Amino acid sequence: MAAFLIMEGLMNGVFCALDAVLFYVFWEGMLIPMFLIIGIWGGPRRIYAAIKFFLYTFLGSVLLLVAIIYLYNQTSSFSILDFHMAKIGMTAQTLIFFAFLLAFAVKVPMWPVHTWLPDAHVEAPTGGSVILAAIMLKMGTYGFARFILPIVPDASAHLDWLVIGMSLIAIVYIAFVALAQTDMKKLIAYSSIAHMGFVTLGFFIVFAIFRATGNTHGAGLGVEGALVQMVSHGFISGALFLCVGVMYDRMHSRNIYDYGGIANTMPVFASFMVLFAMANTGLPGTSGFVGEFMVILASFQANFWYAFLAATTLILGAAYTLWLVKRVVFGEIGNERVAALQDLNTREFVILGSLAVLVLLLGIWPAPLVDVMHASVNHLLEHVVTSKL
Amino acid sequence: MNFVMPTFLPALPEIFVLTMACLVLVVDLFKSENNPFITYHLSLVTLLGAAILTVTLHQADPVITFSGSFINDSMADLLKVFIYLVTAVVFLYSRDYLIQRNLFKGEFLILGLFAVLGMMIMVSAYNMVTVYLGLELMSLSLYALVAMHRDSGVASEAAMKYFILGAVASGFLLYGMSLIYGATGQLGIAEIASYINANAGHDLILVLGVSFVVVALAFKLGAVPFHMWIPDVYHGAPTSITLFIGSAPKIAALAMVMRLLSDGLGGLHGEWEGMLIVLTILSVTLGNVVAIAQKNIKRMLAYSTIAHVGFLFMGILAGTPAGNAGAMFYIIVYAIMALGGFGMILLLSRAGFESDNIEDFKGLAKRSPWFAFMMLIVMFSMAGVPPTVGFYAKLSVLSAVINAGYVWVAAYAVLFSVIGAFYYLRIIKFMYFDDEGDSTPIESSLDVRAVMSANALAILLLGIFPGTLMGMCAAAASITH
Repeated sequence: MAAFLIMEGLMNGVFCALDAVLFYVFWEGMLIPMFLIIGIWGGPRRIYAAIKFFLYTFLGSVLLLVAIIYLYNQTSSFSILDFHMAKIGMTAQTLIFFAFLLAFAVKVPMWPVHTWLPDAHVEAPTGGSVILAAIMLKMGTYGFARFILPIVPDASAHLDWLVIGMSLIAIVYIAFVALAQTDMKKLIAYSSIAHMGFVTLGFFIVFAIFRATGNTHGAGLGVEGALVQMVSHGFISGALFLCVGVMYDRMHSRNIYDYGGIANTMPVFASFMVLFAMANTGLPGTSGFVGEFMVILASFQANFWYAFLAATTLILGAAYTLWLVKRVVFGEIGNERVAALQDLNTREFVILGSLAVLVLLLGIWPAPLVDVMHASVNHLLEHVVTSKL
Repeated sequence: MNFVMPTFLPALPEIFVLTMACLVLVVDLFKSENNPFITYHLSLVTLLGAAILTVTLHQADPVITFSGSFINDSMADLLKVFIYLVTAVVFLYSRDYLIQRNLFKGEFLILGLFAVLGMMIMVSAYNMVTVYLGLELMSLSLYALVAMHRDSGVASEAAMKYFILGAVASGFLLYGMSLIYGATGQLGIAEIASYINANAGHDLILVLGVSFVVVALAFKLGAVPFHMWIPDVYHGAPTSITLFIGSAPKIAALAMVMRLLSDGLGGLHGEWEGMLIVLTILSVTLGNVVAIAQKNIKRMLAYSTIAHVGFLFMGILAGTPAGNAGAMFYIIVYAIMALGGFGMILLLSRAGFESDNIEDFKGLAKRSPWFAFMMLIVMFSMAGVPPTVGFYAKLSVLSAVINAGYVWVAAYAVLFSVIGAFYYLRIIKFMYFDDEGDSTPIESSLDVRAVMSANALAILLLGIFPGTLMGMCAAAASITH
């Protein structure tokens, strides 16, 4: 409990920090409670997963530290806002871009540095998985928006093809990997990686739009779509991991083949699970659709093929999610253990219910969230299109 | 020849420690059968008295006495106070361990006090001969301390290695100093610095002398490729002696490096920066990588010391006041962390049982959750993970070295510190993730537990509020003589 609360506090710190060292302190400090949560209360391979998680993320972040210190020497200040204003030459920009990219790509996680996530998610306890998916991944994408885009826009514009490529590979290839999984948590973990691909795509599409159309009118759509996707994915992934946790509490197995026909014995739970699964595929009316649609629309302005590949998620996401739902929730009752299952108790109902309400609310009426973002996004775009050379 | 009577007042702490050490020696001889702890208490009183004297005699401006061979400035005062503090904690932690092994003789404390005296002289030295004097006094005391456990073959072997290699290194230092004297005609640090500033052409003899001095300094601190003594001595010596040689002498050695390299030979920065880069890169590489293979925790901490020394040399490498302040902050923080790490090993050891293996930490979280947490803080601090103070130490050193332009050295060092994080994580893994190996409860007296807890909590607290200590180091480093 203590570990969770401490982590909660540190995560809040990451998002609020406007001083680079404070940001870094919270960024790294958050690894300690997560490491303990996975390692003490996790599954059978928890030690491997915890150490892999820690060392992988630590490795990514240390170059972030070097870049922050370098920027401090250029601007004599640790304030992130001063970093935004700094003028940096192209070579330095490229190196700083790669330093930042490594740190944030490992955290997001982007392909090909994503391999820590399936292990960490599978071995973490349910609560740990939820926090990991819902909030920690967003720290990485926050880093993109707060650090990379405003501080090194020229290098980003020059190398946007790299990030867009990695995002599209994440969206398409990882979806195929998800299709092959038999462990439910691993499947949802891979689907997280694919959804995060949308977020990074939305951030970096602005450069292509700027080159194609000469203005940033459409770019704001992409960035806002990425931000909405961040929030909605937090709800949806969190909810899906909670659903798996509910089933694991009862059956002590995450293997899909141990299930079948949950809807017969746990109808209320099945309806929640199907709702969240539909949200995961991006069904209109749920929050999953809003973000993805905005990013795909924005990609159309940049390049038809970016949008085409991004839109394949509509097919592939549906494929693995619906197949999961079909094998686990629908159909005949699989075995006697499934036949003996109890439906949701009040605590689980309240949790899943509140998340369901949020998912539907954001899906039907995303305006409050999007309106709040307009000012920040426009400010960000001003920085993105100003050359810092 | 005129003999100028020196002012003894700035050297009062040294005089006090010397007098008290002799007094303790005599008292131990006559009184210790009746009163077994009198030597111990007197030694702690000595350290406390010296600390009070140092603090009250502290002035903002440096005071030079003994014809320019003794200086009392902010850096000296700061480092001396920490030497006293660290040594007092060493005495406290070691007491129970040594009693159980029948090694708690007065000689331990007295040799410790003489080593402290040597360190004080090293820290306050402003003349090459004085540096050597302090160094030898400290080193000879430490050689004897390592050999104190007469019946242990490992300890005697470690002492022999330490003595022989240390003597060779001191020889190198003397040779370098004599070459520098030959080239500059001066023995005083300030005079050497002004000679170097005045004469632009750096002749070969001077540079040769500098290289010999750098070699000796690298040996004393334990940088690669002069690190061979560290794992064997740390492993062979009784753990409380390891605790002592791993903490306080490093502070004094850094002071020696700062006086000789940064103050005296600072003008030759271009000559010794290349050497320090090599020392840094090699130390950080070897220390971090080889520590992974160690099964004995004392050897593991020894290799981690080598890695930390690499970071330390990075701070000196920068050659700026910020770099020197960073190095000072780093060594003080390192001494506190070493106290915590070796102190925990002492805590886990009992009569007849040496908790040398890393497996001895298995299941510590169930055995004693509080001390497992203390060790967690120490381990994460050594790895350099925020919000512990070890992170700030690394940050200050990295900041200085990047500012000075050596970005690639910094990037290399941080990458290897990630590799290094593994063996610290492994200890935490044993403590928290594994089941109990040994379930005997930890027995220790109240004062040891209290100070150990304060030690680890200080690491966390300094990590959240590093400003005071960093400010003191920055003030100490910025005084130009």
